[in-house]
Amino acid sequence: MERQSRLFSFFVHASALLLTLVILAPIIWLFVMSISPAADLSAKPLNWWPSEVDLSRYRTLLSAVENSAGAAFIASLLNSLKVAAMATLAAIVVAVPSAWAVSRTPTVSWSLYAVIATYMLPPVALAVPLYMGLAYLGLLNSVFGLALVYLTILAPFTTWLLKSGFDSIPREIESAAMIDGARLDQILRLLTLPLAAPVMATSALFAFLLAWDEFFYALLFTSDLRAKTLTVAIADLAGGRVSDYGLIATAGVLAALPPVLIGLVMQRALISGLTSGGVKG
Amino acid sequence: MSGTWISTRAWLMMLPLLVVMVAVIGWPLVDTVRLSFTDAKLVGTEGGFVGADNYVKMLTGSNFQRALITTSWFAVVSVAAEMVLGVLAALLLNQQFRGRTALRALMILPWALPTVVNATLWRLIYNPEYGALNAALTQLGLLDSYRSWLGEPGTALVALIVADCWKNFPLVALIALAALQAVPRDITAAALVDGAGSLNRFRFVIMPYLAGPLLVALVLRTIEAFKVFDIIWVMTRGGPANSTRTLSILVYQEAFSFQRAGSGASLALIVTLLVTILAVAYAALLRKAAGAS
Repeated sequence: MERQSRLFSFFVHASALLLTLVILAPIIWLFVMSISPAADLSAKPLNWWPSEVDLSRYRTLLSAVENSAGAAFIASLLNSLKVAAMATLAAIVVAVPSAWAVSRTPTVSWSLYAVIATYMLPPVALAVPLYMGLAYLGLLNSVFGLALVYLTILAPFTTWLLKSGFDSIPREIESAAMIDGARLDQILRLLTLPLAAPVMATSALFAFLLAWDEFFYALLFTSDLRAKTLTVAIADLAGGRVSDYGLIATAGVLAALPPVLIGLVMQRALISGLTSGGVKG
Repeated sequence: MSGTWISTRAWLMMLPLLVVMVAVIGWPLVDTVRLSFTDAKLVGTEGGFVGADNYVKMLTGSNFQRALITTSWFAVVSVAAEMVLGVLAALLLNQQFRGRTALRALMILPWALPTVVNATLWRLIYNPEYGALNAALTQLGLLDSYRSWLGEPGTALVALIVADCWKNFPLVALIALAALQAVPRDITAAALVDGAGSLNRFRFVIMPYLAGPLLVALVLRTIEAFKVFDIIWVMTRGGPANSTRTLSILVYQEAFSFQRAGSGASLALIVTLLVTILAVAYAALLRKAAGAS
């Protein structure tokens, strides 16, 4: 075992402190802004710590009074939830059988590379026809239309993750059941899918986070409360003439809460997923 | 069971995915190619065939060349910084110290923060009148008067790169850390006994384990950085004076702000081609690296 000199140990601890500060400072500042009275945020010199805890923006954004800023925020929150949930569900439904087929059939595994290649496509390469297509179908500014478009990202991504998940389930288990006379649908339903449940859950969470995070297509294809997602609503706030920066920060905190909680709870699974190649930009 | 039946069954099971992919990816891509040879508008005009006019106009225009330089600069600097910071953070997290597990858990936070929230947060930090960066630098005596970090062409791109790095270097760190933990303890110990210095140990003992995963992270991060849109749109919309206008922002403006679907499509395909070249070059690099080890 390496013997650590005192100097080295000091250096390690100092660096760890610095890294903690770098990671935490912006996040803590976002939270502090959200609970600081407006006067504190525009004071010079700046008040780094709120003179009193002001939760009024949380009340504003989470109140459902008609035509208020809160109603608009809640509407966008619900739109984000709906779009992400629908797109994730649809992606998993189409990805599970394909991922299993690719995992168990070497002769078609080349098709997986074609699927992964589409994941590299810049969204701008698809945006114009998708816009025209959605307009033609009357699906612009609709949560269904946006969820459909999100399949361009989620379908290849979940197939890729699920395939490596199925790879880790030994096919001998399936062959053994086959020899015992089980039909394929029984094997999949009673054996493989239950074994793959954790991988499917992780893939679904990843997909949900990707959809929750998406901005480009949402910016292009939604225009008002009927479909506008949280990311677009926050970008509007940030780029608009809102004079209370605390309100913008509060919207940010609320939008970040679900993925951050998922991230902390699912840490282990996320890290192993990330390191196995599913890197999100 | 015969092999043909198994292949057929596999294709049948992949059918729903293939139908979806053709509908939302295949058809739009083909249609982008068709549009790129027309003068179609986004709404209304179908547009007529104009040959390669759009491509010539876009490739020779100063907007494209400038956006290409801006994009390359953004991608190279931010990814390089993310790699260096990520590896350094991973080496640190691979040491024994109190609070190590907690710090590793914290690393997931910037990654989990939605891109738009991250952009908004940094936009607030850089705010010219009330921003935390101005306040901190002034209070520390490092700055005489408040500056508009995102409002000056000289600093806007650097400010964006810092915000992007902060979000993405922890991911590189986690990937590198996982690779570091795969290095067998006795190998590093043996190298130490043999008198290898710390730089040599890093170069010859640790690096072989790190190279593969880092290369994958490098590839994917570069491609993502080359496609960058969200963070720039939220923080600067490509300004000031177009100093942060990357290729994706340029395509957005051409196709959607100016509604020129035809020339926008040609520009989008040029970007796609560049990303593809990057991806293929990297794939070759990866295969070579895999062959070497």
